[in-house]
Amino acid sequence: MSAVINSETKKVLVTPLINENPITLQVLGICSALAVTSQMSTSLIMAVALTSVTACSSAAISAIRNHIPSSIRIIVQMTIIASLVIVVDQILKAFAYEISKQLSVFVGLIITNCIVMGRAEAYAMKNPPLQSFMDGIGNGLGYSLILVIVAFFRELFGSGKLLGIEIFQLTKDGGWYDPNGLMLLPPSAFFIIGIIIWVYRQWKPVQQEEPDFKILDIAHGEGGHH
Amino acid sequence: MADYLSLFIKAVFIENLALAFFLGMCTFLAVSKKISTAIGLGVAVMVVQAITVPANNFIYHKLLKEDALVWMGIEGVDLSFLALLSCIGVIAALVQILEMVLDKFFPALYHALGVFLPLITVNCAILGGSLFMIERDYTFNESVVYGLGSGFGWALAITVMAGVREKLKYSNIPKGLEGLGITFITAGLMSLGFMAFSGIQL
Repeated sequence: MSAVINSETKKVLVTPLINENPITLQVLGICSALAVTSQMSTSLIMAVALTSVTACSSAAISAIRNHIPSSIRIIVQMTIIASLVIVVDQILKAFAYEISKQLSVFVGLIITNCIVMGRAEAYAMKNPPLQSFMDGIGNGLGYSLILVIVAFFRELFGSGKLLGIEIFQLTKDGGWYDPNGLMLLPPSAFFIIGIIIWVYRQWKPVQQEEPDFKILDIAHGEGGHH
Repeated sequence: MADYLSLFIKAVFIENLALAFFLGMCTFLAVSKKISTAIGLGVAVMVVQAITVPANNFIYHKLLKEDALVWMGIEGVDLSFLALLSCIGVIAALVQILEMVLDKFFPALYHALGVFLPLITVNCAILGGSLFMIERDYTFNESVVYGLGSGFGWALAITVMAGVREKLKYSNIPKGLEGLGITFITAGLMSLGFMAFSGIQL
């Protein structure tokens, strides 16, 4: 049993972090989450919420995978995920009311987050509960990683703070840093994700996409690029 | 009337579901390679949004909201925590019904939109629209306008995006940025453009 945990579990836990990151490789789950990345605190809570929902729903779906008729499996998965999200939502409302107000509808949108559904469909339906649980945690963490990186840049450059603690002293308080207001607006999240993907694919060229059209070389260096 | 128009403009441009709230991003990125498919999906989202938001509004106000069951003679019951489950259930059911109705009565339309309908159930834009409607406490009429407006805004965003991407495929982009990366940056620039509408009051 422990041998199984060591090799296989480590693999499902670690690959989604770097090599098969759900956001940069599979383009999953960016939907609802970027909107909460203007601050570190909200994005950390969001990351924890999503990771726990993914892990628990994968485990639950995997536990009953042999009893779900395949024609209604989507509805069954949806119901399990939605119930777990309701639990998370109620917990947040009870213990972290301020944060849950800031996250507004985005906690609810975890239901339609493609990572949760995607892992349920692709992994949990075929594998035993413990591994599915680990796979859920791995993918949740891969997603959290990107979320926290985006939030780090947006909060640091947008308001000169991290987790509400001042890092750069702002000019309006007599410091030197003039906050970049764009970082607090939605477009900046798109730019940061775009740049992360660029850096990442430069580092791991396997993930680069083939272009739909190639520019042909016409004659010796005329107009064509190599 | 004027506030309905203002709500519509706000839902289309200023609070565009795709570009200001990042909703429906997965499909937004995956299905925006060709203008014709983008328009098809956009119309499908608009139709589903215009039906599901008012339907959810009706159910929420008649069944789930605090003291909503008074018309049945039951008092002091607050089922609003069930809103998430009921919204997603209503959306899944309505999309299925819409698919069957289209298949039966409008085969031509079904062939154009049919392939997109299953995708829509798990589209965050649809659920997001309903959840925003609940959070902002829209009345039934407002929810009809909001559903139409937000669906139209999403359709507009994906169509424009597809137009840009059709041109983009001929350009020479750094290797690592190709595909997904440049699409994100384009979306960011479009989002900047849509933000220019903020501050418009009718």
